Amino acid sequence: MLWFILRRCGSAVIVMFLGSVLIFLGIRALPGDPATVMAGQEASPEVVEAIRQEFGLDKPLPAQYVDYIGQTLTGNLGRSTQDQLPVIDIIAERLPVTLELSALAMLVAIVIGVGAGIVAAVRRGKVADYVATGFGLAGLSVPHFWLGLLAILLFAVTWRVLPASGYVPFTQDPAQNLQRMILPALVLGTGFAAILMRQTRSAMLGALSADYVRTARSKGLSEAKVVGAHALRNSLTTVVTVLGLQLGALISGAVVTEQIFVIPGFGKLTVDAVLTRNYPVIQAVVLITVIGYVVVNLLVDIAYAFLNPRIRLSGGSHD
Amino acid sequence: MSLLEITDLTVGFDTEDGLVQAVRDISLTLDEGEILALCGESGCGKSVTAMSVPRLLPPDTTRLSGSVKLDGRELTTLPEPDMRHVRGKDVSVVFQEPMTSLNPSFSVGYQITEVLRRHEGLSRRAAGDRALELLELVGIPAAARRMKEYPHQLSGGMRQRVMIAIAVACSPRVLIADEPTTALDVTIQAGVLDVFRDLRDRLGTAIILITHDLGVVADIADRAVVMYAGRAVEQATVTELFANPRHPYTLGLMKALPTAAVGGRLAEIPGMVPSPLSDPDECAFHDRCPRVQVDCRVSRPPLVRQAEGHLAACFHPGGQS
Amino acid sequence: MTEQAVTAGRAARRRRLWRRFRRRPMPMAGLVLVVGFVLLALAGPLVTGDPAAQDYLATLAPPSPAHLMGTDDLGRDAFARIAHGAQVSLQAGVLSTLLAMAVGIPIGLVAGFYRRWLDPIVMRLVDVTLAFPFLVFAVGLAAIIGPSLKGVVLALGFSQLPAVIRITRGEVLAVREMDYVAAAVADGAGDGHIIFRYVLPNCASPLIVQATVAIPAAIIGESTLSFLGLGVQPPTASWGVMLTTAQQYLSDAPWLAIWPGLMIALATLGFNLLGDGLRDVLDPRSGR
Repeated sequence: MLWFILRRCGSAVIVMFLGSVLIFLGIRALPGDPATVMAGQEASPEVVEAIRQEFGLDKPLPAQYVDYIGQTLTGNLGRSTQDQLPVIDIIAERLPVTLELSALAMLVAIVIGVGAGIVAAVRRGKVADYVATGFGLAGLSVPHFWLGLLAILLFAVTWRVLPASGYVPFTQDPAQNLQRMILPALVLGTGFAAILMRQTRSAMLGALSADYVRTARSKGLSEAKVVGAHALRNSLTTVVTVLGLQLGALISGAVVTEQIFVIPGFGKLTVDAVLTRNYPVIQAVVLITVIGYVVVNLLVDIAYAFLNPRIRLSGGSHD
Repeated sequence: MSLLEITDLTVGFDTEDGLVQAVRDISLTLDEGEILALCGESGCGKSVTAMSVPRLLPPDTTRLSGSVKLDGRELTTLPEPDMRHVRGKDVSVVFQEPMTSLNPSFSVGYQITEVLRRHEGLSRRAAGDRALELLELVGIPAAARRMKEYPHQLSGGMRQRVMIAIAVACSPRVLIADEPTTALDVTIQAGVLDVFRDLRDRLGTAIILITHDLGVVADIADRAVVMYAGRAVEQATVTELFANPRHPYTLGLMKALPTAAVGGRLAEIPGMVPSPLSDPDECAFHDRCPRVQVDCRVSRPPLVRQAEGHLAACFHPGGQS
Repeated sequence: MTEQAVTAGRAARRRRLWRRFRRRPMPMAGLVLVVGFVLLALAGPLVTGDPAAQDYLATLAPPSPAHLMGTDDLGRDAFARIAHGAQVSLQAGVLSTLLAMAVGIPIGLVAGFYRRWLDPIVMRLVDVTLAFPFLVFAVGLAAIIGPSLKGVVLALGFSQLPAVIRITRGEVLAVREMDYVAAAVADGAGDGHIIFRYVLPNCASPLIVQATVAIPAAIIGESTLSFLGLGVQPPTASWGVMLTTAQQYLSDAPWLAIWPGLMIALATLGFNLLGDGLRDVLDPRSGR
């Protein structure tokens, strides 16, 4: 198990390294002087020169990369060209908002998706199955941002039961915070619930027809135990894998959802940065997203190994 | 009164092509400590017959009539919650595929203690001690270490022994073994059969052994029912059956046995089993039967007494030798 | 098996698959939706007129006989813009998928054929590609080349690349194990012959199924990016751009938010139903 984790960590580090190289080269592929790009169009020559010195932009490329990584590892991600604030501070402020949204959406997705998937598999061919499957197809076909617009149209414009947009920090007023987060989380979570539901259903159908489930029934176990312990335990690996594969989509979804509900999170920061050509911020958010994505995938891999005794005990790889 | 009495059992399944009759009018009895073999080709209905006892057939599509009585208690109409107290406790099953019948995500110990805690109400520790005894009973060396292992770490023979340990954990009255040795190497088969014999001798468990292998029948069973196309065609004690097979199908099965092969060639029974969608009036075996006559094509021979304790469904049974 | 037998067998298989497919209601409904979407994209703009024509007397007008789907804030006909938006969606979906196939199939072939030294490099690069969530890559591209349909197609194509490479490589590895291919190799058939005669035909089914997954993802991806302002730019009519406008007039003109979203959902649903059906027919192993 330890060997397995170490190997996964090793390949994660390699992927992060290659990712950082790609980002580094991407910024340098921009037309014009990189120091000017990083400082912003309106920056004074002194500011441009300071940035050139700080990131060693007059040195050859490999040396520049070393400087860049060195600065990044010590937390210096440069300054935003909009307001000259350190990028690291901006991200520290925005990231928790997005994490909260994503966690809530994930919760919605798991509760609805796994629940509906299990029910659909157990009640295969019955009304509940058709309802769940139909929901799955619809959820897969409706884009997040349209669902968000419809939700605002219904809950905020027509029924006026929930605020349409805005954000209140959790630490300031938890009730207000949740009231404003519930709609975005539902919107973001529903699409993933649909994907999760389809995968859970098919994994559960497979498990329920497996020989070991027949064995569990022959032991006289209750149906709750047969489904909830024996079948579900073997479907969990699929669920975890799907969750891992959907992380990228969750990040994309969070960006869009924040834009619609005007939530000042990481995603909105990203879009605003692109629209204002705020390159230090773009470079940092892309890097952090890639790192976060690789790390969470690593955790998913480890969770997967933990759920599967073949990997947990052998220390081998599963591919 | 016998321990288990199956009377006029008929089982069908709803499919897209209509009702498929898997078992028709089977009646049989099983006494305490008896090993009864159900034999025939795959698809003859032997497994369906046996799985009707613990009601392990898909409830939505199964159409069942007739009676199954355990100790005089009717099982076919028993409410499902009560039935769950019968399964694993009074009637338990060893399945054909040891490779897939154990849950890959749970340790061997968990899978054995689970059934003990369910039916015997044992504590975790007491169940663990009992599971250890069971593993030793079915001949698993280093049982304490095996308890913590997972199915993928065990060989096929070991897994089948674990399956047997689970099945006998609560000292069942009836143990159903569905082709328990088919998936195993020949060398391991004998060991597993010894475990069954030993259990019968020590615990008095009655065993229904489902097999297509008459060699296994001769080795371990007391009595045998030969099935063909969903019906019982012959039923006798094993000594009587092998000495005086009456039904041409039974005779054909015996000729297909490797030990019976003369001149190194196995005899095959020519032809195909009729479709279970139709219910012909004639003898189901007439197309393949070497002794077929006009009457076999017109009506179906009833299962009638040929000798003491020996039944066969044939108009032209083989003579006494 | 001779080559003629292989070809004849494939033709017979296609006919059998089509018969099996035709009998199912859901995939057929999907096919109808997809055909409708393609027709709207190709023929729609010809009948609806100019999507940029402004009618200052009817801004934010509800649906009426003159404007079937109403008009937007500049008095432009929503139906004309929907039809032109369909064209943009179709372009994004088809072009990005073609791009991914054009780049991915050769890479997959080469990786599968020269396993020893190229395969590990290619597969590691695929891993790195997977570490970039689609939107992050799109953001990076938009930052570098500026927001445009070109950037959208590149980003979408790039994000499909790993799947195409994996499928092609997997088929190469599987096909090389087959007896009649091994026989052809033993007969001295060249790599090119093996690739065009055996490998590519075998890749067709999984790649078609992949396309039915990728095209709807691209349709949603294009509209998402355009909605965020990172894709197709106004005044070009794209379903995503239309929804950006609609968001500003949600309480005054809710119909503007309904039509584009509904079109995205129907087009995507069509491809999803079609894909599910094709997967069932082409690949019996993966039950749903």
